[in-house]
This record gives sequence, C-alpha cells and structure tokens, in this order.
Amino acid sequence: MSDRPGLERPHPVQTGKDVAVDKGGDTTIQPQTRPDPIADPGLPPHQPRPTDVSERAEKRAERQVATLFVFSMICAVGFCVAYFTLEIGDHPTVWLGFGASNVILGISLGFALLSIGLGAIQWSRKLMSDVEIVEHRHPIASSDEVRTETVTALSQGISDSGIGRRPLVRNTLIGALGMLGLPVIVALRDLGPLPGTKLEHTVWKAGMRVVNDIAGTPITPDDLQIGQLVNAEPAVFFENKPDGEPKFEGTELLQAKAKAAVILVRMRPQDIHPAKGRENWGINGILCYSKICTHVGCPISLWEQQTHHLLCPCHQSTFDLANNGKVIFGPAARPLPQLPLMVDSEGYIVARSDFHEPVGPSFWERG
Amino acid sequence: MRLLSARLSAKRRSPFAGLVVLLLGLLVSGGAYALLAPANAETSTSSQSAIEHGRQLFLVGCSSCHGEHGEGIVEQGGQTNYGPPLVGVGAADVDFQVGTGRMPMAQPGQQAEPHPVTYTPAEIRDLAAFVASLGPGPAIPPKSAYDTQNATTEQIVRGGDFFRTNCTACHNFAGAGGALPEGKHAPNLQGTSNKHIFEAMVIGPQQMPVFSNKVITPAEKRDIIAYIDSIRSEPKYGGSPMGAFGPVSEGLFAWIVGIGVLVCFAVWIASHTARVKKKGV
Repeated sequence: MSDRPGLERPHPVQTGKDVAVDKGGDTTIQPQTRPDPIADPGLPPHQPRPTDVSERAEKRAERQVATLFVFSMICAVGFCVAYFTLEIGDHPTVWLGFGASNVILGISLGFALLSIGLGAIQWSRKLMSDVEIVEHRHPIASSDEVRTETVTALSQGISDSGIGRRPLVRNTLIGALGMLGLPVIVALRDLGPLPGTKLEHTVWKAGMRVVNDIAGTPITPDDLQIGQLVNAEPAVFFENKPDGEPKFEGTELLQAKAKAAVILVRMRPQDIHPAKGRENWGINGILCYSKICTHVGCPISLWEQQTHHLLCPCHQSTFDLANNGKVIFGPAARPLPQLPLMVDSEGYIVARSDFHEPVGPSFWERG
Repeated sequence: MRLLSARLSAKRRSPFAGLVVLLLGLLVSGGAYALLAPANAETSTSSQSAIEHGRQLFLVGCSSCHGEHGEGIVEQGGQTNYGPPLVGVGAADVDFQVGTGRMPMAQPGQQAEPHPVTYTPAEIRDLAAFVASLGPGPAIPPKSAYDTQNATTEQIVRGGDFFRTNCTACHNFAGAGGALPEGKHAPNLQGTSNKHIFEAMVIGPQQMPVFSNKVITPAEKRDIIAYIDSIRSEPKYGGSPMGAFGPVSEGLFAWIVGIGVLVCFAVWIASHTARVKKKGV
C-alpha cells in the first residue's frame, strides 16, 4: 500500500519547442533557465481509506454496494408487478387520490435506475483504486514521418489524375457539381404556393350569422345583457353541404377557425367611442372583435366586463374594446380587428362584411 | 340510585365541581338553542315579512355603500361608484356575493375576496328577497339546475367543450384560477359550490362577463358544472398536480428541486472520502 505509482514530481511544462514559437515576440525571457520562485510542493502524502486498511470496512462497503444493487432488482420487479396489477383506464386503481399505476411505475423505475447509479458511485469511492495519477499531455500533431508520407501520397494522386493538365475534364466536373445545386433550389417550390391574398380574408361575409361556439345557435341582440361575452364562430362552420357532409371539416376547419373565431361583447352604448366610419358597426353596444391576438395569434377571450379590457394570456397584450380594440399594454403592434355587425330579417346578429383588415399577427408583406 | 347521589354528594366540594356544573349548564342551554333557533328563523319566510326583514338587514349591513334603497352611492365627481346600484341585479347576485362571503366588503379594493360568510342562510334569503323586490333580475336557481348527480359521460364531455371555450381563458384548464391585470384575479373553482358557479355565470360578478341563459342555456350550464365536478373528483393520475398551474410551478420544481438534487449528487461524487492515518486495524 505504501508504494504508490505515478507519484513522481511532474516535469516542468515549458519545453524548448514552446520557446522557439515565442521567439517572434519577446526573446529575453527564457523560462526554462529561471528557477521556480515558489518551490513546487508536490502532492500531499497519500492517506489510505478505511476500506484500504480494514477488511471489516471493506466487507461493509461491499455489502452496501450489493444492497443498492439488490434494491434496484427489487424495484425492477416491483415495476413489473405494478404494471400488471394496478388498473388503468376507466376504473383506475387510486391510492390517496393519486393514480396508483403512474405513480408506482415512475417511482419503481426511478429508484431502480437511481440505486444502480448510487451503487456504482459508492463502489468507486470505497473500493476501486484510489491512487493519484499524473498523466502528461502529448503533442497533437502526427510524427514528421507520417506527415511527409501523407503529403507525398496526395501530390502523387493529383499528378496521376492530371487535373492540371486536362482543363476540359476539370471544368466539366466543376459545372456538374455546380448544377447539382439546381435540383435543391427547384425543390424549394414545394414550400409554396405563396399564400396570395388568403391572409387578408376570412370566411366571414355579408349576412353570415354570428353563432355561439360549440352549440352553433344563432344569437339575437336581446339574448345579450350588458357585460356579456360570447365566444362565437361564423355559422358556416355548423352548416352541411347538400350531400350531408359538413362544409368545413378536419384541417380545413381548423385553419378557417384559426382566422374567423370572434368574440361578441355587450357594454353600455355610452361607454363606446367608435372611430370615424365605425359608428354603425355595433348594435346597441354589442361589438364583435377577432379572437386572434395581433401579436402572435393566441386566442383571447379574457375580457374584463367593467374595464372593457381584453387581455391576452400569452404575453399580456391588452386591448380596449370600448375604444376600437386599441392596444393599451403589451407587445401587440396593431389594434384588434373589428367585425362590422347588423341584424338580419329574422332578427339574428349577422356580419355586415368580412374584416376590413387581416386578422392575427403581422406578416412580411404587411410591413 | 341512593349510592349514586351519595357519591355525587361526597364530591360536591371537589375543586372541579363548579367547573362540571358550569359545563353542564352551557351544554344544556347551547343544545336547547341549537334545537330551537332554526325553527325561529324558518318562521320568518313569508314573502312580505321576508322582504321587510331583508330591508332591516340591508339598512344595517349594506346601505352605507349601496344606499338606503339600493340606488348605489356615487363618489365625488360622479365618475366611479362607491357601491354600485343594486336595482335589477336580482336575488341570484345577493345569494352569490353574500353567500360566498364577498359581501359585505370590509374595505374597497381591486376585487371583493371571499371571506367567511357573515349571514345565516335564512338572512341571505331575506336579503335576496329584498334586493329582488327593487327590480326584476335573475332568481336564485333551483337545485335541479345545478344538480350533477346523474350527469352522463356525454353531458360531461359537452360541458368540457363549453368550459374550454368559455371559461379556461381566465379560470385555467383545471379551474385553478389565474391572474388578471392590475392585481385582480379569477378565482380557483375547486372549492366553489355548484350553486355559486351557476349564479356567477348568470350574473357576471365583478370583472367576470355575463353568460346569460339565452346564449349558454341552463342545460349547458349544468353540463359545464358537471365537467367541473368531474375534474374536481378525478384522481391525480400523474402524481401531484402542483396547483395545476402548468409550467410555472412545474418549472420551479424542476429548477430548484430537480437541479438541486443533481448538484447534491455532483458534490457527493467529487467530495473526499474518509481517510485514516494508521495502517492496519
């Protein structure tokens, strides 16, 4: 135990080669000739661990490691038992209000892995070799012999191919490699087609009913009280084609909904300050705004009925619905688009037209 | 019997005798009050006397802010209400505000917070009757409107659709509540009674919008409540929900507990093991 390999004092780091590199700068300093101002104390004397000198301690550490590994086995078996015995699905096993299956599976697998790790660390700390080791750095460059050989082989190859002597072959090769870029560029077309004016329109059009989301029921102005909020959609999402299939479904429905979703709110008419040209966009204090935030397009319906503020929960953009959807706080750059309303012949609330501006976040062409 | 009375008599000078007699007396009088008091309150519910009793309560507890006739009190300058007018708010509003302890409010603030309820159910009913007499408004819903005992899976699923469309923006996907601007917040629905949830949708208390019965029908409201009931009673499948606040509490846990434990392991791995000086034990 007393003889410890690798404990000789490390060599001085500075070598003749390093000094040669430094010669471009200050050559007066010659580190290898100067004595160390502070003597290298070397490593402290090695002290053994209890497990190195006492067999009892060693056996105890062995037992600790083995216990951890056995515990890991028990946990792994516990995982399998829990997997088959604990119910999931409609009638899950519940312990203390927790879904037993998930909790036990997670705990057993977690402790199975953890105990292997703990055992390995305990093993290396208490039982594995404990001597200090010094390892010296080696130069990264290959030996001069290998380098010369490589350069020779390379020049041999170049001269054999005759790329310098045959410009026709060389130039056509360059052309062929360059041409390979074309398929890549042409394939970019599949990212399109360009959206055209799609971003500027929604499915709303004059006379389309504003209906309650989920239920799809049309709404009359009398249905709404002061302070009311309705999460609404265009009626077309609830209509069927002549063959009985829905007019919108699947991805198409989601894409159209993502632009056309609106909220309908009612406030006291005297609280509303409509902009010029928007005086007839509401019905007795009932206003309709896009539900899509103009910042990055989160759906917003967090409406404070007393302040008339609409807050976006994503980044706290706040819009004043009594003042044309003006941004009063947060990162949104544009006011919330408003949908002009009127009442149809049956007394239901309908759109007067599509939105007059693109809904949702700003995009490149909009500037 | 004689033996018993003799024993009691022997103990009548015990230092505890007075205490026992006092406790017995309190127990008897308290029990008698508990038996008799509700009967007294029940007797005051005939409509006219209920309104009159409610008016008396209103004058004492509410009129300082809402005015003697519920007409509201406007602050100097006429801009804001000290207490809003209560004409037309209906019995449901009183039942919600007083029944959840939001009213009477101890002091003006951003938001009326729920407190321990100060009035008895009978007094709340009389107060509601008085306020309802000021002008027509939503009535207290019957029990059948919010009873979700027999809700079918289909109704719960539909209620979930309505909940996610109309409620989650403020009240969170699990009904855990959320923040609103300027120090206000949407309350947690976990402990709110079904009746008060129904009333809140009808009346739109404070910043909450109104969801009137014509747009969200009473049946749809019951489905929403059935859904809230189902998420309240559902087991925690994934372990502790940590308040169901999503990435905020979970991230905090991961950063502090998760990374903290990893740091502890790193310290343990790199630390020195025990050493001994002498060789051979």
